[in-house]
Amino acid sequence: MKRHLSSTILFGLVIGAFVGSAAGYLGSIMVSRHMALVGDALSHVALPGLALGILFNFNPFIGAFTLLAATAIVTWYLQRSTTLSIEAIIGVLFVLALAIGILITPQVDLLEALFGDVSKVTLVDVMITVPVSIVVVFVTRAIYDKLALSMISMELAVSSGIKVERINLIYLLLVATIVAVGIKEVGTLLVGAVVIVPAAAARNTSSSLHRYSLTSALFGLVSALSGVALSSYVNLPAGPLVVITGAMIFALGLITHSVSRSMNRDSG
Amino acid sequence: MDQLQEKLNDLLIVSDLGVKSQNRVILEDVTFKVRKGTTLAIVGPNGGGKTMLFRTLLNLVPHTGTIRWSDKVRIGYVPQSLIATDLPASVGEFLRFKCKTDFETCVSSVGLDKEILRQALGSLSGGQLQRVLIAWAIVDNPDVLLFDEPTSGVDIGAEEPIYQHVTRLKERLGITILLISHNMHVVMHYSDRVLALNRYQLFYGDTSGVAHSKLLNLMYGGGLDLSEEDEHAHKE
Repeated sequence: MKRHLSSTILFGLVIGAFVGSAAGYLGSIMVSRHMALVGDALSHVALPGLALGILFNFNPFIGAFTLLAATAIVTWYLQRSTTLSIEAIIGVLFVLALAIGILITPQVDLLEALFGDVSKVTLVDVMITVPVSIVVVFVTRAIYDKLALSMISMELAVSSGIKVERINLIYLLLVATIVAVGIKEVGTLLVGAVVIVPAAAARNTSSSLHRYSLTSALFGLVSALSGVALSSYVNLPAGPLVVITGAMIFALGLITHSVSRSMNRDSG
Repeated sequence: MDQLQEKLNDLLIVSDLGVKSQNRVILEDVTFKVRKGTTLAIVGPNGGGKTMLFRTLLNLVPHTGTIRWSDKVRIGYVPQSLIATDLPASVGEFLRFKCKTDFETCVSSVGLDKEILRQALGSLSGGQLQRVLIAWAIVDNPDVLLFDEPTSGVDIGAEEPIYQHVTRLKERLGITILLISHNMHVVMHYSDRVLALNRYQLFYGDTSGVAHSKLLNLMYGGGLDLSEEDEHAHKE
């Protein structure tokens, strides 16, 4: 029993470390105009995918990922072919997905699907999550500058020869991927926070893009590890604890930032 | 032979350009061309389609008609301002998006002070930001610069140095310039030709033969009074 518990915690910590840092890194781009709620809202789409996996007895991860990727593509297509903003598209698609997900998820599995269960994490999950997270980080690194520039100015990006629409699609698929692998541990309702909260916390403490992206990844790592470790200690679900630790880092950064600003103002 | 030479000298040829959005005409029947090494000023009232014209030239907007850039043209774009962003990018990082190698040479070639490189983009004054955006636009030796009201948000005293800087660049590098401006002094002194837009093309011709008052009338909807010479230019 003790060995089972230890390996479960270890698996949870490994997944937390990889998903937390990859999501934090991705999130540093997301916490900018028009994107902050995309990760959060996109995560809700995973619920009906998970439900289909449970109902038809195939790996729920595959169901979640398929639906997330399909929604990312539909969102991307609607954004480029209509005048609707990404928030409006997401607002409609994702609450619909959540509603359908709640209706079709078996009642007994609903809580786990919504909030995750670190005790159910297996070696197979680790073997899927670790390489997937590494690939996500490498692909994000490869397109990071292009994404950042298109956030700063679409016209500047286009005039520099960047295929902005293609880069946006890749980015949405990366978010869909990291959300899919993070669901088991954090759940569909909170996995979006794993993308957003570390980046929001890092924003308060970074003066350059490079430092911002690394700090965001670091905060993601720290909040995931401490949330999972705390969960095994106090015997509470890991998902909410990961989010709460991330929010505490955010609050600490905010306070430190405000204090240092007011000190600078006083000394000036 | 002369016609062929003329075509080779044209960096951009726009014919019957039209843009609609939600069944509303944004641009219609816009026809002009830009010779290599010249400056075309684009004037017109707010909402007249000037910025939309630039977005269309960058192929960001669906359109009718034709836009023909000369082969392998490199475009530098200088927007009015940057989109407000939460990304904490420094000026140095911003320039590194383009200067992948030999950053030092790259920065010194565009005449930027080293001190400004560490500053956050969001903390720059209007004049500083314009210099950075111009540096960004010229750093990879473009053939053409698209300036969208480069001195909007800049103090009156800081306008002239920016245009002088741009003119020096044009003379030194032989860059072609498309310039949106409300400033008649700038239009008259720094451009070779003028395109006036108010959704439709009101005027296209030389600045030399166009009086201040006439351009102002065009900009503020006072009507159109083209001389024979200007009519000729319009049909060119």
